[in-house]
Amino acid sequence: MDDTIVAISTKLGKGAISIIRLSGEKSIEIVNKLFKGKDLTKVKSHTIHYGFINDGKNDIDEVLVTIMLAPKTFTRENVVEINCHGGIAPTLKIFELLTENGARIANPGEFTKRAFLNGRIDLTQAEAVMDIISSKTENARKMALSLVEGNLKKYINTFRDKLKYLLANIEVNIDYPEYYDIEEITKEQLKETIKNLEQDLKELIKKSEERQIIKNGIKTIIIGKPNVGKSSILNTFLKEEKAIVTDIAGTTRDIVEGKIIFDGIELSLIDTAGIRKTDDVVEKIGVNKSISLIDEADLIIVVLNSNEELNESDKYILNKVKNKNPIIVLNKNDLQLKINKKDLKFKHIVSTNTNSLEGITPLKNEIKEMFKLQELQEEDYTYLSNNRQLILAKKALASLKDAKMSLLNEEPIDIIEIDLKEVFDILGTITGESYSDELLDELFASFCVGK
Amino acid sequence: MKYDVIVVGGGHAGIEASLACARLNHKTLLVTGNIDNIADMPCNPSIGGPAKGIVVREIDALGGEMAKNTDKSSLQMKMLNTKKGPAVWALRAQVDKVIYKKEMLKTLKNQKNLDIKEALVKELLINNNKVEGVLLENGEKILSKAVILTTGTYLKGAILVGDTKKSGGPHGEKASNYLSPFLKKIGFNILRLKTGTPPRIEKNSVDFTKMQEEKGSSEDITFSYDSKTALAYKYQLPCYLIYTNDKTHKIIQQHLNESSMYGGYVEGVGPRYCPSIEDKIVRFSDKERHQLFLEPESLYYDELYLQGFSTSMPYKVQEEMVHSLEGLEHAKILKYAYAIEYDAIDSKQIKPTLETKIIENLYTAGQINGTSGYEEAAGQGLIAGINASLKLENKEPLILKRNEAYIGVLIDDLVTKGVKDPYRLLTSRAEYRLLLRDDNADLRLREYGHQIGLINDEVYEKFLIKKKQIAELTNILKETKLTPTKETNEKLKELDTALLKDSITLYDLLKRPKITMKDIEKIKPLNYCSEIKKEVEINASYEGYIKKATTAALKMLDEENKKIPTDINYKEIPNIASEAIEKLEEIRPLTLGQARRISGVNPSDIEIISVYLKKRGN
Repeated sequence: MDDTIVAISTKLGKGAISIIRLSGEKSIEIVNKLFKGKDLTKVKSHTIHYGFINDGKNDIDEVLVTIMLAPKTFTRENVVEINCHGGIAPTLKIFELLTENGARIANPGEFTKRAFLNGRIDLTQAEAVMDIISSKTENARKMALSLVEGNLKKYINTFRDKLKYLLANIEVNIDYPEYYDIEEITKEQLKETIKNLEQDLKELIKKSEERQIIKNGIKTIIIGKPNVGKSSILNTFLKEEKAIVTDIAGTTRDIVEGKIIFDGIELSLIDTAGIRKTDDVVEKIGVNKSISLIDEADLIIVVLNSNEELNESDKYILNKVKNKNPIIVLNKNDLQLKINKKDLKFKHIVSTNTNSLEGITPLKNEIKEMFKLQELQEEDYTYLSNNRQLILAKKALASLKDAKMSLLNEEPIDIIEIDLKEVFDILGTITGESYSDELLDELFASFCVGK
Repeated sequence: MKYDVIVVGGGHAGIEASLACARLNHKTLLVTGNIDNIADMPCNPSIGGPAKGIVVREIDALGGEMAKNTDKSSLQMKMLNTKKGPAVWALRAQVDKVIYKKEMLKTLKNQKNLDIKEALVKELLINNNKVEGVLLENGEKILSKAVILTTGTYLKGAILVGDTKKSGGPHGEKASNYLSPFLKKIGFNILRLKTGTPPRIEKNSVDFTKMQEEKGSSEDITFSYDSKTALAYKYQLPCYLIYTNDKTHKIIQQHLNESSMYGGYVEGVGPRYCPSIEDKIVRFSDKERHQLFLEPESLYYDELYLQGFSTSMPYKVQEEMVHSLEGLEHAKILKYAYAIEYDAIDSKQIKPTLETKIIENLYTAGQINGTSGYEEAAGQGLIAGINASLKLENKEPLILKRNEAYIGVLIDDLVTKGVKDPYRLLTSRAEYRLLLRDDNADLRLREYGHQIGLINDEVYEKFLIKKKQIAELTNILKETKLTPTKETNEKLKELDTALLKDSITLYDLLKRPKITMKDIEKIKPLNYCSEIKKEVEINASYEGYIKKATTAALKMLDEENKKIPTDINYKEIPNIASEAIEKLEEIRPLTLGQARRISGVNPSDIEIISVYLKKRGN
């Protein structure tokens, strides 16, 4: 109980605000490292402070930080709560930064448990409370296990088992140096193993980041010729949903217009300069910029005025996005439709207006459908557990890089093995399968040694 | 006549225990079944090897005898794993069994405060759960304040060959048949363990031309920090490598059921790491050959030890097996291989001090605790002797931690995890092996040896000088700066390392990959002995890894320093899982750290105990 724990206490993506909570002696110290604002180590207990969480280079989010000093807190330890915007990406980023700076990811029910263990809850109630805690933990554990027991675990074990054999082989080489029939692991082999492992781990991390959309948000650009209602659509979005940033420093103002939380997913909306075929040099630069954004976007929304027939500029734009799976928005549907839908050979076509907030509902539904946002929401738990795994997997990858470095520096094999063993142990933590004499068992099972 | 300490058994554990007590000025009696077998090596004629060799160094650092005696009797010394890193370097000696015994007996006989008596112990004298002496099989009672049991394989020892089973010790001596039933009666759980030894071959009957010679180091390496030379330097006897073959395997398979092991005559559990040759052939049937060594046993008799060929086959089959080996076609077997079974106590019933939990002032060490190996036994014997003495002196016991010594790892494993098969130390059992090196055993432990009183002031003074020199040299390297001059960079170019842009200390240069102290000396001559230079070099080269291990160890120590009071009643602590209560009651860990290592005790249980202790004000 000497360490500091951290957890996201609100359901990710739901609501406009996320709360990240820390408990433990170093809570304030850890947050202070990341906080741009007052020196939190000097503020009074039970006070709230405005500032930014900064990763050393960039501001991640604008936050309110509540400082509560022990013992008058829920856990009777120092508690810090960070209120940040509800977007999954900034919340997770802050969470990740906190773990990188010394906080440990809390186990399910651990805050409650600390409250009990620190005597916040009377001992006479203890048994009942512990029942709840243990059942909660047990359920969570089972749930986590059943999730992990899936493909991920099988997948990890395909390379963890190989690593186990290799490590046991190295151990045998160390403990039985004169068994010439037992293969002596060479640095060449290690190099090969590390290379393969690196690939596997990177793949694993990629898998864990399968829901990258959730993490990074959907980068959306809105294009169309001038005066078709791009800005109105953007503004309608911003009015209805919670806008978190309307102006990000360091980016070009005329490109990034807004970020919103949309069904728990961050949507970065980029309103582009109106595109039309032009020979004007200055205007051409702006148009080219808009066109270049098409390639970077996760989602392209092409806005057409349904009250106008397609002109050269429209056709130019439609041609640019024809292989990009865009959503074609026929805006101003309160007016007469003058576009022949048959001319539009696109899968996603919706018609909207911006007279009311509901006017853009068809567009929103289409986005949800396209990115299967409903499904992502239901997998919240999986996602979180993946996030824990992801952090562990990244740690394993870091240890692997240490091993690679040691190999490069021509360190002896038993030294390189220290890093590889770390990788092995971390992978074991992910699958929950490691135990203390695992390597010894492998050693005696696989290698013939004796007197 | 009343003794302070009685040690029962004159093997490697008993010797160290007796010497430690006597040297700490406690009137000590060593009781042994046969004085001629004191310091006997009934199995392999070697001492040391990975992990074990470091234990021997540790014994020496603490003021024990094994290293010194090995130096006096070694026939070959070899530093193993030299191609690997310094953490796993390990010294091993081939030892002359006769000289080893002779020299050790001399040491014991010359030791003040130490008497030796030939007898078998029948029972312990116990009053109020406190040991008060021993009762011999001849009815004689000898009183003492403490007793250390180091009975080896003699507790109900039985020798197995084929379908025969005979009560007795390794050389056909009388087994001790009363003591283990007595121990059982007073509450110890008795385990039946098994080990074995290979045949001994007459040297003159061996055709060495067909064998590969295995030599030791040509340098004069000693096990002890204080020995000036090793006998091995004079003799440098080789070992010989041979292999089993298809014929050998066929013979074994044909006769498998005639072996004691496969014939179902063995009750004891054999060691996983030391399978008999029949075990190897059954378990690793796809292996075409197994490697064997012929090792010299002594200058005084004509016997070679056939390492790797331990078996419990009948004599006739053993003959066939041995004759199937290349170079041994006409070999004469002087002693046949056998399996041996013996009783041991459950090591979970002893404390990290090696005092038993049931009987006060009763200590156990060596094979009785379920270990195997001369070195493991000696290490425990020394600790038991030290702790029995310290208790007599009303002093705090010596409990070595897992980051301090292999001996610490060994004892902690024994008392925390218990054993199922005979326990052997392996480097893989140590989580901080980079800290537990061959080169730094004295730096780790000499201080303790001196505090306790087993390292005298003169030796200690020498050690302090060494420490001082290491610090000095480190400082010189840290304070000497290299500036990026043309001259410097030319030298660095010669050393095949990156050239300087900014100035750098010599210490930082030494930290660079592939840069050794020898390279540093090309830049700045250093007037220190090789031992000092090696130490500083290791510290610099592996600084990152050493730091990592130290940090991990500190985290472990933090919990290791949280003592659990001996009168704790786990049943009174609400909310601990019942399985954990059972395990905690059985092992009664001394610290939170030890509690955490018990299988079946969960992290949440540890937290609850921690809070409970806080509330109690511990």
